[in-house]
Amino acid sequence: MNKIDTLEFEVNMLLEAILFRYGYDFRHYARASLQRRVLNRVQLSDLDSVSDMIPKIMHEPNFFNLFLKDMSITVTEMFRDPFVFKQIRDSVFTQLKTYSRVNIWHAGCATGEEVYSMAIMLKEEGLLKRTQIYATDFNNHSLEVAAKGIYPAAKMKLFTENYLKSGGKESFADYYQAKYECAKLAESLKEHITFANHNLIKDQVFAQMHLVMCRNVLIYFDQNLQNRVLDLFKQSLIHRGFLILGDKESLDFSSVNNAFDKYQYPERIYRRSAYV
Amino acid sequence: MYEAIVIGVSAGGLHALSQIIPEFPKDYPLAVIIVQHRLNDHNDFLAEYLNNLSNIKVKEPQSLEAVLPSNIYVAPAGYHLLIERNKTFSLSVDPPVSYSIPSIDVLFQSAAMCYQMKLIGLILTGANSDGSEGIKAVKEYGGLTLVQEPSTAEVDFMPKSAINNTDIDHIIPLKQIGRFLQQLEFNRVTHE
Repeated sequence: MNKIDTLEFEVNMLLEAILFRYGYDFRHYARASLQRRVLNRVQLSDLDSVSDMIPKIMHEPNFFNLFLKDMSITVTEMFRDPFVFKQIRDSVFTQLKTYSRVNIWHAGCATGEEVYSMAIMLKEEGLLKRTQIYATDFNNHSLEVAAKGIYPAAKMKLFTENYLKSGGKESFADYYQAKYECAKLAESLKEHITFANHNLIKDQVFAQMHLVMCRNVLIYFDQNLQNRVLDLFKQSLIHRGFLILGDKESLDFSSVNNAFDKYQYPERIYRRSAYV
Repeated sequence: MYEAIVIGVSAGGLHALSQIIPEFPKDYPLAVIIVQHRLNDHNDFLAEYLNNLSNIKVKEPQSLEAVLPSNIYVAPAGYHLLIERNKTFSLSVDPPVSYSIPSIDVLFQSAAMCYQMKLIGLILTGANSDGSEGIKAVKEYGGLTLVQEPSTAEVDFMPKSAINNTDIDHIIPLKQIGRFLQQLEFNRVTHE
């Protein structure tokens, strides 16, 4: 039997073990990057094969937590892709300002950088007080980091540049306090954010949203799982609500393509169609 | 025969690619997939620039898009590009590998497992060792390995690093690479 088929079989067994033991279903993740992460874990934990992970997953919850953490580490920044945030500020907010109450859902918020970026923009545009932000992720470790709002001070230079490129109107330094190697974001930004565990793979819609932001999460899923998640967003969004994806993601191949209009396409800002 | 070529290139890449890309004829029967290290500026300048030099379409792929012959694909800035076993693209924002996102190793390793002996891997000029593990994987899974002759590279660190790490099948001067890739397919040259 060929080495690659063997590896694929081992990964399948591992994912079944995780589902059986902990209820997390990774079977519909895009395989190539999932497999990289699994193989990295094999190497980091000094194991001989993917099969060797299975007994550890079954009997050592701490080892599973380590794997769960592996599965959530991604590159993220405040105001990542400033042109997207600029467009949100310039055109999406104009629409949101017509509502007396606004609900925003950051689905798969990871360590929270984009959530705080959104809060800062809402504040500057006078929208924060009437907005409730729901920031969810399936990984409690990520949520803890997000809720603290503490990031390495070394990143503040990049975040500041991004903030300015995205049309920031104030001094970015007013939004955090630097201490030693860390920068802590202002408590006032958190007042309108609720951090909560929500698993896009199995949990349901929990509120009506005016805007759903889910950037660079779908790229980790296969088409079936993408469709399920996009259908959740569709159900959750109000009439003419906004959906914002990563700038290399799109609805083109999805089952909900007809339910959305391209509102600002290079930025991947979609809007629920009027007639569906 | 071969189905895809993966190309990894870093510092000095714009010049090197400008020499190679125009040599692919209009009906080139392979898919060409490129990782060029660059700043994460989120525009597709590189794809546009290369498209202007090319006889075949150059584009940045989207996730889930099928890998098709007679197309040149460029990994988008700020994303890793991977090939799934069903020959579709996927993207990730996993941490950088060898300080790089996109990373050459990430593309090559996934492509090696997908295409196995139907893959050609090519490492060009660069100042970083990214790609060395990737080209090794291409070799391990039976693909053909090519490296730019280091003396013809603007920066020779990357080709040298690949050569030191793997028993490379062909080490070729920059000016001959385009022709080599053309003849390889049309003469059905095989390697043992």
